[in-house]
Amino acid sequence: MGESKKNNDSKKISRRDILKGLATTPVLGVLAYDFLKKRAAEKVKKKVVNLNLGLNDKDVSVQSSKENTGELLRIGIIGVGSRANALIKALGFVSPDWYNARAKLKSSNSLEKYNNQEMLNVEIAAVCDVFDLHAENGLNLARYGIQPNGKPANNKNVKRYFRYQDLLADKSIDAVIIATPDFHHARMTIDAINAGKHVYCEKTMSLTEEELHDVYHTVKKSGLVFQLGHQLSKSESYKKAREIVNKNILGKVTLIEATTNRNTPSGAWYRHLYSNGKPKPGSLKTIDWEQWLGTTPKVPFSIDRYYGWARYFSYDTGLAGQLLSHEIDGINQIMGFGIPHSVVASGGIYFWDKSTRDMPDTFQVTLEFPDREFSVLYSATLANSRQRGRVFMGHDASMEVGNRLKLYANPDSPKYINKIKSGLISPSEPFYTYPKKPLDLDAITSATERYYAERGLTDTKVGGKNIDITYLHIKEWLDVIRNGGTTACNIDIAYMDTVAVLMAHKSYVEKRRVQWDPIKRKIV
Amino acid sequence: MTHKFLFTKPQITLLLLLRLIVGYHFLFEGIDKLFTPNWTAAPFLLQANWVFSNIFHWLTGNTAVLSVINFLNIWGQILIGLSLILGLFSTSAAIFGALMMLSYYIAVPPFLSASTFVDKNLFELFSFLIIALFPTSDIIGIDFLMKKLKGDEDG
Repeated sequence: MGESKKNNDSKKISRRDILKGLATTPVLGVLAYDFLKKRAAEKVKKKVVNLNLGLNDKDVSVQSSKENTGELLRIGIIGVGSRANALIKALGFVSPDWYNARAKLKSSNSLEKYNNQEMLNVEIAAVCDVFDLHAENGLNLARYGIQPNGKPANNKNVKRYFRYQDLLADKSIDAVIIATPDFHHARMTIDAINAGKHVYCEKTMSLTEEELHDVYHTVKKSGLVFQLGHQLSKSESYKKAREIVNKNILGKVTLIEATTNRNTPSGAWYRHLYSNGKPKPGSLKTIDWEQWLGTTPKVPFSIDRYYGWARYFSYDTGLAGQLLSHEIDGINQIMGFGIPHSVVASGGIYFWDKSTRDMPDTFQVTLEFPDREFSVLYSATLANSRQRGRVFMGHDASMEVGNRLKLYANPDSPKYINKIKSGLISPSEPFYTYPKKPLDLDAITSATERYYAERGLTDTKVGGKNIDITYLHIKEWLDVIRNGGTTACNIDIAYMDTVAVLMAHKSYVEKRRVQWDPIKRKIV
Repeated sequence: MTHKFLFTKPQITLLLLLRLIVGYHFLFEGIDKLFTPNWTAAPFLLQANWVFSNIFHWLTGNTAVLSVINFLNIWGQILIGLSLILGLFSTSAAIFGALMMLSYYIAVPPFLSASTFVDKNLFELFSFLIIALFPTSDIIGIDFLMKKLKGDEDG
């Protein structure tokens, strides 16, 4: 029966019917071809990039174990403002409020980052600040601060000193962190070294060449461990960038562009108000103004000056000291260029109120390195926040270095032209990024923090974990104190970076091109 | 069901091409997802921003639910694509396709971010509706062969 039905059907369905029924099946063949072509192109792309760059995706460095066997180090903190809070966090103490606010969230990257820190086996032995509120805050962090293991510090012995000289005279203190405004750095570092303390000092090192030489010679003679607060060297993308430059993947680099792009009052160092417009605390009753002024000209108490000191040349070297210094240090870590041959700086106060600042809001600096055959061009604006990146321009490729590192092939590069033509590389898209995934910031990360993170000034990834680079920088300093060796931003590097900053500042102030005399070791 | 008498030859050709193009797109997307290691619908679902966003977000919260969604997406697209290209159960497939497009559309409707409500998803949604209401698979496709077989049996 089945047999006969089949015969029946085949008779009734004509060849033409079968054609009509299956006419569209060749489309599947076209699709398969299309799909395999796409897959093959993707495969080749991956292979080409891996083969030709000789870079692997492993992290450059791996963190050591959670155990810290060193003996307890007793730290004194001189200057307990906002930057010191970040440094104290790096030491392993945060306020219970900070900790609990993040612990309540479903996930918090800043807390996760904090928990990724090792216990550094340190104690905050003493704090010193001219402002009662800041000193109190430091004492509280030392006493009750929550550590990365989730336990409170429980340190009853922490002392407050009213003068930093008294803190330095305390024999029980092994090392000090200096996070005062810039104009105190040199004198305090010299006094601290002379008192036999190891020093971690925030940038900028000094406002003048004379001070810089004094610090240099004092530290050099002492044998004590010094670290300048240029934490960028700890960023994984910077280490990867160095590898990329050394492997000549970019071709000959002749121009490096670095930028600052900000557009808020706080970003322009107007910082005496909270973002909601309310005044920040502080008055003559709570701030020792005489001591704050130190050796600078006597002026009446000003809360604006207290919080916004960076705007005035009596207290700082302006954008050169505040932000160019980071860029110079970062680029120096990658290129290893030393002191520039010559520097030209220009700019002016074109947006903010001229009567409220010395610091320019538009600032351009060209640093020349004729021996190495490249220029560094720094451009800053405090009136526009369009991100212009930090770019190393080579004959074959450009490298953008921020939190992530991106490589773009140059369309005219002889090295990459064939790969561009065959579509394996598109000049408008990075052909290599590191790390692969962007860093995540949580909802409570503030806009300024986000700015710093995007510029790569705060976070890095080690072994797939978000790590605070200031923590790595502090940890390196402590490791060298305990085990010997040398810090990344030791006094020699600090000296070179600071000379470049002082050259830019001098050029801006004196409105002329300045040069470095390597024999006299002097800016001329 | 004698649609072929309602359409002129150019009409049939254009409707057939529309069916093939939409089918091609779906099959390609489905296979691409199938061969992408660890492909998941989660990033798309998390983008959901309209009134149903809570439902879409909830779908990502549970791994079991999410893997069902991933499976339905991948195999839904592959089967609908195959069905349109081969002309097999094309009308039902086009209705399911329209439903899938509707869910993509309401997850991230364009009028929240742009000034218009028209986007590619809406075009594909309406393409599916046209394919469902103006079927060509019983003229060109396996549906035609099946009908022929069935018709002969009945006869």
